[in-house]
Amino acid sequence: MDIRVFLLLLLVLVSSVEHGFSLYEDQVGLMDWHQRYIGKVKHAVFHTQKTGRKRVVVSTEENVVASLDLRHAEIFWRHVLGTNDAVDAVDIALGKYVITLSSEGSILRAWNLPDGQMVWESFLQGSNPSKSLLSVPGSIVQINLKVDKDNVILVFSKGFLHAVSSIDGDVLWDKDFSAESIEVQQIIQPPESYVIYAVGFVGSSQFDVYQINAKSGELLKHKSAAFPDGFYGEVLLVSSDMLVSLDATRSNLVTISFRKEEISFSKTHISYLVGESLGIPVILPSKLSGILAVKFNTLLVFIRVKSEGKLEVVDKIANAAAVSDALSFSEGQQAFALVEHVDGKILLTVKLSHDWNSDFLKESIAMDHQWGLVQKVFINTYIRTDRSHGFRVLIVMEDHSLLLLQQGEIVWSREEGLASIIDVTTSELPVEKKGVSVAKVEQNLFEWLKGHVLKLKGTLMLASPEDIAVIQDMRLKSSEKSKMTRDHNGFRKLLIVLTRAGKLYALHTGDGRVIWSLLLPSLRKSGSCKHPTGLSVYQWQVPHHHAMDENPSVLVAGRCGPHWDAPGVLSFVDTYTGKELNALGLTHSVAQVIPLPFTDSTEQHLHLLIDSDQCAHLYPRTSEAIGIFQREFSNIYWYSVEADNGIIKGHALRSNCIGVVDEYCFNSSDLWSIVFPSESEKIIATATRKLNEVVHTQAKVIADQDVMFKYISKNLLFVATIAPKASGEFGKPTPEESWLVVYLIDTVTGRILHRMTHHGSQGPVHAVLSENWVVYHYFNLRAHRYEMSVIEIYDLSRAENKDVWKLLVGKHNLTSPISLYSRPEVMTKSQSYFFTQSVKALAVTSTAKGITSKQLLIGTIGDQVLALDKRYLDPRRSVNPTQAEKEEGIIPLSDSLPIIPQSYVTHALKVEGLRGIVTLPTKLESTTLVFAHGVDLFLTRIAPSRTYDSLTEDFSYALLLLTIVALIAAIFVTWVLSEKKELQEKWR
Amino acid sequence: MRSTPVILLLLLHSLLCFSSLSLSHAISAGDGYTINGRVKLRSMGAQGFGLPGKLSNVKVILNGGQRVTFLRPDGYFSFHNVPAGTHLIEVDAIGYFFSPVRVDVSARNPGKVQATLTENRRGLNELVLEPLREEQYYEIREPFSIMSLVKSPMGLMMGFMVVVMFLMPKLMENMDPEEMRRAQEEMRSQGVPSLANMLPGGAARS
Repeated sequence: MDIRVFLLLLLVLVSSVEHGFSLYEDQVGLMDWHQRYIGKVKHAVFHTQKTGRKRVVVSTEENVVASLDLRHAEIFWRHVLGTNDAVDAVDIALGKYVITLSSEGSILRAWNLPDGQMVWESFLQGSNPSKSLLSVPGSIVQINLKVDKDNVILVFSKGFLHAVSSIDGDVLWDKDFSAESIEVQQIIQPPESYVIYAVGFVGSSQFDVYQINAKSGELLKHKSAAFPDGFYGEVLLVSSDMLVSLDATRSNLVTISFRKEEISFSKTHISYLVGESLGIPVILPSKLSGILAVKFNTLLVFIRVKSEGKLEVVDKIANAAAVSDALSFSEGQQAFALVEHVDGKILLTVKLSHDWNSDFLKESIAMDHQWGLVQKVFINTYIRTDRSHGFRVLIVMEDHSLLLLQQGEIVWSREEGLASIIDVTTSELPVEKKGVSVAKVEQNLFEWLKGHVLKLKGTLMLASPEDIAVIQDMRLKSSEKSKMTRDHNGFRKLLIVLTRAGKLYALHTGDGRVIWSLLLPSLRKSGSCKHPTGLSVYQWQVPHHHAMDENPSVLVAGRCGPHWDAPGVLSFVDTYTGKELNALGLTHSVAQVIPLPFTDSTEQHLHLLIDSDQCAHLYPRTSEAIGIFQREFSNIYWYSVEADNGIIKGHALRSNCIGVVDEYCFNSSDLWSIVFPSESEKIIATATRKLNEVVHTQAKVIADQDVMFKYISKNLLFVATIAPKASGEFGKPTPEESWLVVYLIDTVTGRILHRMTHHGSQGPVHAVLSENWVVYHYFNLRAHRYEMSVIEIYDLSRAENKDVWKLLVGKHNLTSPISLYSRPEVMTKSQSYFFTQSVKALAVTSTAKGITSKQLLIGTIGDQVLALDKRYLDPRRSVNPTQAEKEEGIIPLSDSLPIIPQSYVTHALKVEGLRGIVTLPTKLESTTLVFAHGVDLFLTRIAPSRTYDSLTEDFSYALLLLTIVALIAAIFVTWVLSEKKELQEKWR
Repeated sequence: MRSTPVILLLLLHSLLCFSSLSLSHAISAGDGYTINGRVKLRSMGAQGFGLPGKLSNVKVILNGGQRVTFLRPDGYFSFHNVPAGTHLIEVDAIGYFFSPVRVDVSARNPGKVQATLTENRRGLNELVLEPLREEQYYEIREPFSIMSLVKSPMGLMMGFMVVVMFLMPKLMENMDPEEMRRAQEEMRSQGVPSLANMLPGGAARS
């Protein structure tokens, strides 16, 4: 108790400090780490001139355009485009510009290759977006066409063919195809020719060719031919005058020769060609010059196109494989890469297009199977020292990672799966075992002292630059933070993250390295599970008392399809070894996973899975779990939000499932429902308390020795609705027709505790709920600024407990049980403030015991994380606080919230593409770990009220030692002096 | 020498007016308008125009992330095909603090773009965005001074020691020798000096 009082006292003392988080520049990297990623690569273009640095320019599914060093995989530069600005194509023009086409072919940008500065941007006007896009997924770009002395970029998008100058981005000419009712499939310009061919289908059975002058864009010729059987899908350009497509029945391959006077078709039956019926054929879009690759389920068949449209099968590959485009190298030879999986290894074959039987290069590479199958291959050539041609291959794997293969080995790999994290949980590290001394004495005393003297020099600003470098190095190297055992302060943990590719990673919080990774077998494509998606990760088994010998494990929930009613999959993974312990393919769907606050004798957490029919399924499926569950049967409530219908429902368990013999399945009944009027309110955001949040005290002592009681309930739900008119485009609605309504709802009884309307406001709304308060961010249309509001909710039914006499006599209700059915009187307070920036994510710090004051963590539009003290969002702020209130720490009211640059948790770094902020309490009460993820990852440790319970990292032990030595010396000196004086006295 | 920047600025302004007007007119045939603007980083003047590393990482964001664009080498940016209405433009540049800008694109007189800084409600004639202030993300280490050493807890401790060591004997010397002797006698008679004896009241009683 004393310690608590002391801590609180300290807190009060410390909270007078303006901002809890601030950093010196030389402390960067001490408590934090930052990792930069790009995401799953869609396109790659190599730039390997003889001189200069070798690089590869990539675009990814995270809308990133980046230039990578081909030697070391480091990022030269990187740009993250907007969320709806997906990159359609990338190429290099003039040898110095990177050209990207994005936003469904409407924005063309050129970037300077060495430094990534945007050079020009042009907007390509399209007329009929829907029609042409339906038939042409992925617009067509053709770059590097010589027209006179000017490099011209040809872009076909949205029914228009544009010719754009690559020097300044001016549109030289455009040709409108939208009026011709043609669905353009390909734009072809044979080399050394001024004629551009635009080929496409009219209807389903007519093939048209337009010839266009590449200089002026005028139409030279228009040919058309009917093909009564019809076409299916896209056409593939096999050689400069030959196209291949499938007919409407998908049983014939059709070759089209389009450059002669007459368009001629030639039809070949596939089963005749291949020899047997293999299933539905799919033409792969790889351009292999003279060869086409057709995929039947698992079989890959290569077919050579001979003159006059004759086809011939050259090879069949049964292994999982991927093919690159053909690359032309010396003397007009063309080569392409084929990557196969052959029993655990991958086999890279480089073949020449004209000669199938000889392999130009054949390499077998052993590979960690956690990368999965190869999905994409990009090939590049280089000249070896003996002047022969060598090939390097960039491959994209199933788990989104990017690898460079050269000379039979993996030169580098990038774990790009980490750019798309879906969910995060933690796991404790193993306890340091006795007898195994991990903390060995590494340095002798002299070195230890030397280090501290150096540090002292650093703090006293006496250190030379070399010294500073040594200090920095020493700090970063301190092996303490990356050890594989639990530490006293609880800073070292494992972060278990689930990525979109269905891969699970364990990251060490000390330095961010990957401890293990597992491509979950249950979340991979299989016969029974066509489109698996990971949903979330939960702590399944957290041993601490009587199951100490067990390893902790996590539960990964997933789903076999994009819809809510797809059957679910569960996977249990050991967090120390990274092995899958068990996997379950479920018969029911997974709409919601509720971790229950009960554990069985092996410390497994009970989880309730709600399916789309609102039936509850209990896991683990043991009789012990059923026993625990039956005891709490009537105390389990949950809610569901149907945002599309505007309904929130509360549910409770009723009985065992009827019809199904399954004792782990339970029916539910609807307890209550709140229906929002669809013409005036639309649900856009909900927020609830974190399940593991700890609240230290219910009472809040305010200025005049008064006490207020926080309304603390785990079942509080915040709901924000806006006017349907204001839900559309930003900037469209007027303040009169838009409003934001916020609710605080009790999810057990369905009681609306508080309702408030913000007129003239609109979304997007980001909210965070903690203890007894909720903070939300929205847009105020009248002021045309963002606002943040806070609502605090207090329990009035306990208000009379303040009286000490009542407490003494025993007339208090402190011990009366809290039931949500008793409808306690509540009081709310709220206040609004302007906030300058748009917000991407909102979170709040959480500590082990909830004593430390809270900070809001705001993910800003600039992809930074700002820590803002909760005291700035206190509804009791007033313009002129009284002396007592000032002592309590109430800040005078201002109309906007301050943005203090030093309180950016991410300091001068950015977490590009920020999606989420997760806070993890440590054992040290003052400190919390903050993990921000997006395309980048960032982890740091912050102390919202400074580290009042431990010495800081840069505490100078040397200064302490020096002082002690000086004191001892002083004692001795004075002792000797006094002895002498006494002796003199006696002699006198 | 002094007049050149002014002329240059004017020239830029007029250029900007011209471009914004003409472009908007040209494109307003479709369903949207074009917003053209310019970002000026103040320190670029001091450190030489065109710090490419910094300029290339500046993003201009329309309506809280609906669209994102980048700066051209001269600092200009544009948003195409923007519907008429009120929009918000934010500039994301690490190291600088920009106020968001409210931009009204009117359908009635196309090409007219009205801009207001939302932080201080200042209207802008042209869409030239300048940072309100530079942001310093790190605390600046105080240079070494004797005072900081003295103020530290250790320093205070040392100071106290010095005070006790050198001032206390002086105080003792100033005491009356007779009183001193009496006190010593008392000490000898009592053995252990107690707090009560030291107090004047206690001394009087004895």
